[in-house]
Amino acid sequence: MNLKVYTTDVLIIGGGTAGCAAAIRLKESGLRVIIAEKANIIRSGCLASGVNALNAYISKGHTPQDYVDYAMNDADGVAREDLLLSISRRFNHVTRELEEAGLPILKDRLGHYATRGWRNIKINGENIKPILAKQVEECPLVEVINHVNITDFIIRDNRVYGAVGFMVDTREAVEIYAEATLIATGGAAGMYRPNNPGFSRHKMWYPPFNTGAGLAMGIRAGAEMTTFEMRFVALRCKDTIAPTGTIASGVGSPQLNAKGEEYQRKYGNTTSERVYAFVAENMKGNGPCYLKTEGISQETDDDLIKAYLNMAPQQTLKWMSGKFPSEENVEIEGSEPYVVGGHTGSGYWVKEDRSTTIKALYAAGDIAGGAPQKYVTGALAEGEIAAEGILQFMKDNTKNRMPHPKNFDEDVAEIVKQYDRFFDNDGIGYSTDDLEETMQKIMDQYAGGISTYYRFNEAGLELADKKIQVVMRLSDTLKAKDDYDLMKIYELRERLIVCRVLIAHLKARKETRWPVFNSNSDHPEKSEKYRNVFVNSVYKDGEIKIKYRKIRKDKEPVAQAVQ
Amino acid sequence: MSIKINPKKCIGCRRCVDECPGNLFAMDENRKAYIRDVRDCWGCATCLKICPLNAISMYLGADIGGDGTTMIVKPVGNVLHWIFESPEGQKLFVDTDRTQSNKY
Repeated sequence: MNLKVYTTDVLIIGGGTAGCAAAIRLKESGLRVIIAEKANIIRSGCLASGVNALNAYISKGHTPQDYVDYAMNDADGVAREDLLLSISRRFNHVTRELEEAGLPILKDRLGHYATRGWRNIKINGENIKPILAKQVEECPLVEVINHVNITDFIIRDNRVYGAVGFMVDTREAVEIYAEATLIATGGAAGMYRPNNPGFSRHKMWYPPFNTGAGLAMGIRAGAEMTTFEMRFVALRCKDTIAPTGTIASGVGSPQLNAKGEEYQRKYGNTTSERVYAFVAENMKGNGPCYLKTEGISQETDDDLIKAYLNMAPQQTLKWMSGKFPSEENVEIEGSEPYVVGGHTGSGYWVKEDRSTTIKALYAAGDIAGGAPQKYVTGALAEGEIAAEGILQFMKDNTKNRMPHPKNFDEDVAEIVKQYDRFFDNDGIGYSTDDLEETMQKIMDQYAGGISTYYRFNEAGLELADKKIQVVMRLSDTLKAKDDYDLMKIYELRERLIVCRVLIAHLKARKETRWPVFNSNSDHPEKSEKYRNVFVNSVYKDGEIKIKYRKIRKDKEPVAQAVQ
Repeated sequence: MSIKINPKKCIGCRRCVDECPGNLFAMDENRKAYIRDVRDCWGCATCLKICPLNAISMYLGADIGGDGTTMIVKPVGNVLHWIFESPEGQKLFVDTDRTQSNKY
């Protein structure tokens, strides 16, 4: 395979929301930046089809601390106040910048943003990603490499010097050397059997193209990870897996069970409790469940039809294929579980400047842990914070510059040899799709997927880990016919290692703190022992070592034994 | 959830190949775009919006309630004209304006 070499000051892996924000923040810095993007930054990442509200905004009469309190409460204490405060302080500033860049935001008669609750504002985010991509394009020192799948860090003595990948449209490997690296590849979907495992297997909420690449790279490099066990399960419109917030919060539609009862208040109002309400009703045999939309006005119908076109067009297509929401309640369901740090707390363990436990490696957005409920504005804020962290690192680190790339020739050759191996494999008959379905079946049945109402126990988790390791070994034998095939093989292998770490985390928190996100049948109640405790992990020589950290107010949590 | 490309309309401009967030498109030997696997589409509608000939339409899988209705998008300035067509050929039209915020 041919090898192309780049050198730069800052490498950003993943050109989604956080990655673009970081590049834009570095515009005036004089630093050369490369964004390495698997697809094309115009529409890549979670915001491809749009978003119709900014869920994290500090409205008049509220403070950033209010948001921190809300998110801490939603996570039942297992989140980082320092990280949350640092993003909350920037929500309004990043919102203003987006508006200046062209994002339409709804205003009231006084010219203030119209709010949905106290922390949501209404926008037209259909074009939000192209708006961000255009700002990146206007940065003269930022080079975007689209269609490159990054697979490995270039790392020595716990310091990252760049990364290696391959082009997904030509037979070419790429090595990129950088003084500092930002990992911003998002979270992971597609580990569990999805809601629609057949023809519409990719009709999931979180992008099926976010396969945990950066998580897998960090895990293999020995980075400390946190809170994978706080999975995210989204309450969504049935089949299309389109968001429900626009109807539930926007229109004010309550959840209804098959008997027509409004049930949600019985179960509490945190994000996990709202999903649990649906799951519990179904376990009781009270499903199917709905959002009550029958009887809304024609005008509201029209507005919903447009709102969904700006964020999840398949839901509008569904209404156009059948009945409108005013005529028929919108059926709901829970999604497959995801690992996604923009909603729950999973991801890299970071300091306030978003540096990871590996030197010169920073993390932002859905891949960074400890700051749930960050959403779009939080990802933008975190991209900025990480960029500023990198600027400081570059200033402090002037004497300790990168060794000549020649020093890494052997490491890079080993990674590229691995790519070639998949082309050279004869294969033993299994396809990447077969193994992906096997992984999803294992996770669904033994690690708390949709089919078990998200419940798991230790015996099942142990089986899951063994079976996942078998799939990992089988994945060594896969044959790539072309570059796209090679990407699919790597995506599978990324998910598999994320699965293993997730299983270890699920096992390590012996309680049920967030029902559905983490429903442990061996320990169905909350435990005092795990209050204010993070479950962290470090992967070394094929083993996942769990490390508990106790939360201390205003200080970085320290390692602490729990059992 | 998937998309269908009308090969008679496709001019081989490669924009879908370049901009699909899942790298799902490729070109065949006649320089026409095709989707590698219809099951892999996420449904983001990027390709519908950028195809200069509106050669790409979206439909819902039968497993998620599809009835054969298709959707295309024609962007004109800041307005997106969405056209829905039932299997019987009945059409419905919705316009969205990129400069107008959602109300919900």
